[in-house]
Amino acid sequence: MSIAMRDVFLIAWRSSRRTMRQPAAVIVPLTFPLILLAVNSNGLKAATQLPGFPTHSFLAFFLPFAFIQGALFAAMTAGTDLARDIDTGFFNRLALTPLRGMGLVVGQLGGALTQAFLQAIAYLAVGLVLGVHFASGPVGILVFLVLALVIAAAWGMTGIWIALRTGSGEAVQSQFPLLFFFMIISSMNLPRNLIEVDWFRDAATINPVSYMIEALRSLVIEGWNVQALALGFTVSIGAVAVAMGLASIALRKRMTRT
Amino acid sequence: MADEHGIEVWSLVRTFKDVHAVQGINLRVEPGEIYGFLGPNGAGKSTTIHMLTTLLPPTSGTAFVAGFDIVKDGPAVRGSIGAALQEAALDPYLTGREHLRLQSGLHGIPKREREERGDELLTRVGLTRAADRKVQTYSGGMKRRLDLALALVHRPRILFLDEPTTGLDPQSRNALWTEVDRLAKDEGVTVFLTTQYLEEADVLADRVGIIDHGKIVAEGTPEELKATIGRPTVVATPKQAEQLEHATAILERFGEPTRASPGATAVMLNGKGDLADVLRALDGEGILVDDLRLHAPSLDDVFLAKTGRMLEGEEEQSE
Amino acid sequence: MSRGSVRSVMLALAWRQLTILRKNPSLFLPPMLFPLINFAAFAGGLSQLRHVPGFEFKGGYTSFQFVFVLLQSAAFGGVFTGFGIARDFERGFARRLMIASKRRSGIVWGYALASLMRWTLVAIMLTAVALVAHMQVGGNGVDLFGLYVLALIVNVAGLLWACGIAMRFRSVQAGPLMQTPIFILLFLSPVYVPLVLLEGWIHGVARLNPLTYILTSGRGFISGEPTDVAIAFAIAFALLGCLGIWGLRGLKRAEQVV
Repeated sequence: MSIAMRDVFLIAWRSSRRTMRQPAAVIVPLTFPLILLAVNSNGLKAATQLPGFPTHSFLAFFLPFAFIQGALFAAMTAGTDLARDIDTGFFNRLALTPLRGMGLVVGQLGGALTQAFLQAIAYLAVGLVLGVHFASGPVGILVFLVLALVIAAAWGMTGIWIALRTGSGEAVQSQFPLLFFFMIISSMNLPRNLIEVDWFRDAATINPVSYMIEALRSLVIEGWNVQALALGFTVSIGAVAVAMGLASIALRKRMTRT
Repeated sequence: MADEHGIEVWSLVRTFKDVHAVQGINLRVEPGEIYGFLGPNGAGKSTTIHMLTTLLPPTSGTAFVAGFDIVKDGPAVRGSIGAALQEAALDPYLTGREHLRLQSGLHGIPKREREERGDELLTRVGLTRAADRKVQTYSGGMKRRLDLALALVHRPRILFLDEPTTGLDPQSRNALWTEVDRLAKDEGVTVFLTTQYLEEADVLADRVGIIDHGKIVAEGTPEELKATIGRPTVVATPKQAEQLEHATAILERFGEPTRASPGATAVMLNGKGDLADVLRALDGEGILVDDLRLHAPSLDDVFLAKTGRMLEGEEEQSE
Repeated sequence: MSRGSVRSVMLALAWRQLTILRKNPSLFLPPMLFPLINFAAFAGGLSQLRHVPGFEFKGGYTSFQFVFVLLQSAAFGGVFTGFGIARDFERGFARRLMIASKRRSGIVWGYALASLMRWTLVAIMLTAVALVAHMQVGGNGVDLFGLYVLALIVNVAGLLWACGIAMRFRSVQAGPLMQTPIFILLFLSPVYVPLVLLEGWIHGVARLNPLTYILTSGRGFISGEPTDVAIAFAIAFALLGCLGIWGLRGLKRAEQVV
């Protein structure tokens, strides 16, 4: 194993272990999206009566929302944990080892991705049990899982960037409204073509989260929509790359070691 | 050429905006030596140690740690040193053993050796039984011991300890002192130790550097430093408060007046007599004393002489 | 005003809370931002729902959602104050309050007053934004007064609930316990469509949910067609009464350990 891979593995190992040992960090992100999924999929069922609504099952339409919300929780966990490391001096401890900076950044995602993976399995299981049918079949479910993890990586890396930039858990938490805003001003509740209010539809169109949701959704209700998938993966991978770039800049300022 | 087990510092400066935390210090630590860096809060001790451990670049000046330039050869410095900084800096959700696994892995210790090295260090610091408990259940002393074990995992030649016993009970403190002493004497590890505790510097350090407001104001072995003050102090507490002035006048025949607690009088002996002479003089003039003591000079006296202030919690003396 | 009376304690504590807010305006952001984001998302993103057959509401979708968001902001405004109470316990300030206050019930009412005053600012902001968004207001002055009084009661009720939790657990880790029941109660009411358009289990639950009557009555006020007014106010005052006992009992518990 190369040194870089070793560093990433060790940090990821520690990060995921730490996350799993915090019940609040596991239970709340697992249950809250499921509660909202249950409530909203029933509360908004009437929307399926709108002309042009793409499916008769609002649950199938709304399922991707749980994954996006789960990714938001993963971002908060990743960011708060790293901020705590900076605050307590554990970050300095790591800086005193041969650990490379990017190894730290990528490895920190370990906890977020472990959390996201467990969540994804749970959400999928609930969806399937409640009768959601994947138009893309079993292979589509695998692709769905992969995309969900890439999306979680994008959000998780954003949380890590915020932590490196601010060094404070409170500052990470205070970004929650902004990240929540990105999540909610999207095609989360209705397809973009059915959003009546112009400014909202325009905002949802430029919001990368819409493409993440639509790519996931396409695998459930449409089958293999190549355009939606291409956009979803491009946007998600792009978001990971941008967030990682920002995180590495912030890391250089934070880790002033010679 | 800088020694691979030593530390050399040349005109090291660190400024934060308009705060001059370290104002040009020079020092040298010989291989295998325990160097105590003593000073009050805010003197520049931690800033110095952060620079020497490459966590903070100096504003100017340079230093060689284990023979490597702290600015140009940061990774090499880090490979040669261990550090236990002011915060114990542990992850509350990991166990002691997991911390060692992480640290040894990051230092590139082969997998097959990690467990053995971890067990060895846990035994050495007395944490074998607590090894598989989460650190959040550890006491302050246990955390410090784990911190020390983590600093030693890769067998460093030089060890930096930043106020290692702050907040510890006397038993834990003594245990840590014993281990640090053993590392230096038996394994030849060079130790650079910052502290605000006189006793720690006095007991543990081979040589002491006293820092105040970012400058080294005195340096030498504890005995050398005390010898620069040279003179013991006699403190007398008269039984009757109204005799204080008379007692002071008697004592002043034997030396220069110095600071004393309320109700007592003190002089620094100037060779004109010893404790017995002082007692005879007091007795001869009918002064009854509640308490009469002879104090050998302490590092606090050294600090006081150099800076006009007591090191341990006293107010500044006026000139 | 006698020294140490309930009123003096209440006013002193409310003054302190507002001073903290004045010196830390960023604390004002979460209780302000979340309602605005939700309002934008629901009124902006879901307005098409008014075209669902059977959606009969005179006031337009913006005012339909405004009422929900107003009540949500009121309830969560109370919860945010509850977080502050928990923090006061963690930091030891609560002990100071207990020692200094002759009539300790003033502490609960002081937090309630502060919560009310803070929420008033949020309500003003929310109302202003809704009016800018061309919200239709069918109700007269009396109707609107009724709407805001209902919301006010919900704010105090939310605070009393959170206060009871905070004083029993005395830790910010009890945050989820404060907000989750309120969140669930809010979202198990007719959030997106009128009660008659809800189907399945959620219809049954919403019918039993006391907040449904408060919400329906509020929507009646804003559209100028007052509905279920008596029952809504009866429920609101009953909630206030029960949660008042809950909050004060929490104070008793805290007194035993502080």
